[in-house]
Amino acid sequence: MEIGLRLAVSLAQIAAVMGVVMLTVMVLTLAERKVLGWMQDRMGPMEVGPYGVLQPIADGLKLFFKEDIIPAGANKFLFTLAPILALVPAMIGFAVIPFGPSMTIELFGMQIKPFVISDINIGILYILAFASIGAYGIILGGWSSNSKYSLLGGLRSAAQVISYELCVGLAIVGVILLSGSLSLVKITEAQAGGFWNWFIIAMPFPQIFAFVVYVISAVAETNRVPFDLPEAESELVAGFFTEYSGMRFAFFFIAEYANMILVSCVAAALFLGGWNAPYPGTILGHIGLDSIAWMENVVWFAAKVYFFLFLFFWLRATLPRLRYDQLMRFGWKVMLPIALGNIVLTAIAAYFFPR
Amino acid sequence: MDHIFFFYFAAVIATTSVLVVALRNPVYSALALLIMFFHVAGLYVTLHAEFLAAVQIVVYAGAILVLYLFVVMLLSIKSEERYHNQLPVAGLLGVMLCTEVILLLIQSRTASSAPAIPADPAVGPGNTEMIGEALYSTYLFPFEVASLILLVAMIGAIILAKKDINERVQQ
Repeated sequence: MEIGLRLAVSLAQIAAVMGVVMLTVMVLTLAERKVLGWMQDRMGPMEVGPYGVLQPIADGLKLFFKEDIIPAGANKFLFTLAPILALVPAMIGFAVIPFGPSMTIELFGMQIKPFVISDINIGILYILAFASIGAYGIILGGWSSNSKYSLLGGLRSAAQVISYELCVGLAIVGVILLSGSLSLVKITEAQAGGFWNWFIIAMPFPQIFAFVVYVISAVAETNRVPFDLPEAESELVAGFFTEYSGMRFAFFFIAEYANMILVSCVAAALFLGGWNAPYPGTILGHIGLDSIAWMENVVWFAAKVYFFLFLFFWLRATLPRLRYDQLMRFGWKVMLPIALGNIVLTAIAAYFFPR
Repeated sequence: MDHIFFFYFAAVIATTSVLVVALRNPVYSALALLIMFFHVAGLYVTLHAEFLAAVQIVVYAGAILVLYLFVVMLLSIKSEERYHNQLPVAGLLGVMLCTEVILLLIQSRTASSAPAIPADPAVGPGNTEMIGEALYSTYLFPFEVASLILLVAMIGAIILAKKDINERVQQ
């Protein structure tokens, strides 16, 4: 009974988070086209619904009813498995993201944390682990399609993800050194009490370099412009998902956007204070409405995440694509030394000025 | 409950390990290895070694196996039959290893054959802190030696990769 109830609550939480993520993906597909449109001095999608707001639904319906083609000579099993392998790791990472204050509520005699599905003590490592698994979907998708373009896209992605994963991991180490924990809940709590406590500018050693390295590497790891070599249209048609159509294509597409949301959530939680407001406490808390103060925290978290998502669109509208050797040289010869140097300096600072 | 999980993980680990060497398609072998790594990580979780579990997936599944796949994808599977005639040697080595394991199991059938009970994670410092403490105090020397070996391997790889360029310059 106890286990069943706990399972039901967990499943409800998972369903809620999945729902929010999928909804955000829908919003993002429209927002990306709208923002790109405005930046390029045009309107973006305007046909479906008022002001084009129903475009994501039209896109979803179109993909759902498209014919599902498996190319001749493709490896059917891996061709089917690859989109799933891409999507599952992207969704599973949200299990440890704290979306709001770490309070507990009593429900049926159980302690429930409403804003985080599972507060495990290795939260950030868990996300890194599953982020690295996401590469399998791309590699296998590229290989199983039996197409030159797909294979080249898959190979590029494998090399790129491994290189930049390293920078993401090393950039995070500085924050872990300062907070003394791998749990995202504890890391966020360590940044409470105003924007000067956020790790991006917090004493004893501001993680501004780590932040820059993390954001650039995150863009590279999600295969977004200017690092979208695995799907470079001008060279590889559409890269690793050239041969995919219908819902399988949609899976890759959703995985890319879910990954964007995930890295944005991690960036917000690690460097920008997560759900903490940039001033001590919350305004709702100060005027005596403690019971709904969590709303303010959740809004702050969402605002920070959307800032990063906007950054993704902004980069796409601004920067041209890198060449492949430039991408590799940049990752190994610029980003990696900066991340390593940041670890050394942060460790020294954290030793002499413990928080 | 713990036993159910242990037998599930153990059975999958054993099955997929056999599949890694038994499957003809090297990509399928790599996938079987991926499933095995995940279940080894699961075994670590049942022992409350969450840090090890995460590192297992990050290092083995996330980095090393991706590089394996990278190489395997570039092979032409249909023409790659070089490694399919190893049955005599592999069989001999397998029988020898099996005998050793069975001998060891027979010798160690004492009272302490039950698995060690993991420490209660609710008390004391976390798993990550404990590994850090042990690694940098008790096992400092082996740790440093391992780092040195890795450094030598890295320098070796760089020298091997750079050789061609130097020769071309000399000519």
